[in-house]
Amino acid sequence: MRERGPADDLEKLDARLKHAAEGARKSGPGGLPRDRPPANALGLALRVGVELVSALAVGLAIGWLLDAWLETRPWLMLAFILLGGAAGILNVYRMARGFGYAVGYKQDQPTGRHRPGNQGPGIEG
Amino acid sequence: MAEGHSPLAQFEIKRWVPIQVGDLDVSFTNSATFMALTVIGVSAFLVLGMRRHALVPGRWQSMAELAYVFIANLVKDTVGTEGRPYFPFIFTVFMFVLFGNLFGMVPYGFTFTSHIIVTFAMAIVVFVGVTVIALIKHRLHFFTFFMPPGVPLIMAPLLVPIEIISYLSRPVSLSVRLFANMLAGHTLLKVFAGFVVALGLFGAFPLAFVIALTALEIVIAFLQAFVFTILTCLYLNDALHLH
Repeated sequence: MRERGPADDLEKLDARLKHAAEGARKSGPGGLPRDRPPANALGLALRVGVELVSALAVGLAIGWLLDAWLETRPWLMLAFILLGGAAGILNVYRMARGFGYAVGYKQDQPTGRHRPGNQGPGIEG
Repeated sequence: MAEGHSPLAQFEIKRWVPIQVGDLDVSFTNSATFMALTVIGVSAFLVLGMRRHALVPGRWQSMAELAYVFIANLVKDTVGTEGRPYFPFIFTVFMFVLFGNLFGMVPYGFTFTSHIIVTFAMAIVVFVGVTVIALIKHRLHFFTFFMPPGVPLIMAPLLVPIEIISYLSRPVSLSVRLFANMLAGHTLLKVFAGFVVALGLFGAFPLAFVIALTALEIVIAFLQAFVFTILTCLYLNDALHLH
């Protein structure tokens, strides 16, 4: 026979409040829906293409502008095309490794800080 | 078929109210009209939907609340509680892109998200804003972002430019993704719609395809608005946490 006093209720409420507060604070990964629609191949292909080409285009543009400024045509442009290509590959690599859209490698670091975006929500398109 | 036989004619900018300020052409175009319509549409959808703010929501209020809660959860899940101050902006971006995409699906409508300058302007606002937030929050520490930890110093001259290019390519890929999806989808629709007329009786086959494609386009309208928003959130997360 348990006595249900008001203190009992308050304790329960306290526990629930704590739970809710924790849920609000804990904003780490796993919040993103796992049951997302399956990746479609066309979307993935488009994403890889866009990532590759945009980095290459940015590299090209930087090289072009630096060349125009320093009058070293065409050497910096050539160098920055290569760097842009490398950046594009890096983008795709990050995407494939599941770093998602986030930049950086620090996922494997055991620092306690949560890294929400790193799971890569993997939305295609 | 009075005009626009070309599948690309639908993207043409038309000056509806020509305005000239000095050398600047600031005419009110069909693109601007649809942007204004989108803003009005979003405002009407949310304000009128929440007009009664009943405890048990009706259909409309339910949709408005669903949109709000969806983005609120997205911000919470990707950015965390630190992202809450930025929720209004992210929600606005989502609703603007979503309604812009959906208004583009209305026949005779105009899809302003199919113009790279529109999506790029939005992307650059997000990019610059996120970078400024990161600079304010982390000051010079922000620049360690471009140097992954544990990399030998001798690699820095090669890696840092690559990382910077990778970072600078964000607004490009963000805008190109939305723009390319919209442009490709609407062009495809128009091309197949052209076959319907050209094939006469057999036009029923492309017609069926166009119907399916329209449904797909509506899905893409939602998906791309979502992708644009989640990327904004992830960039914001990078800026706030700088991992």
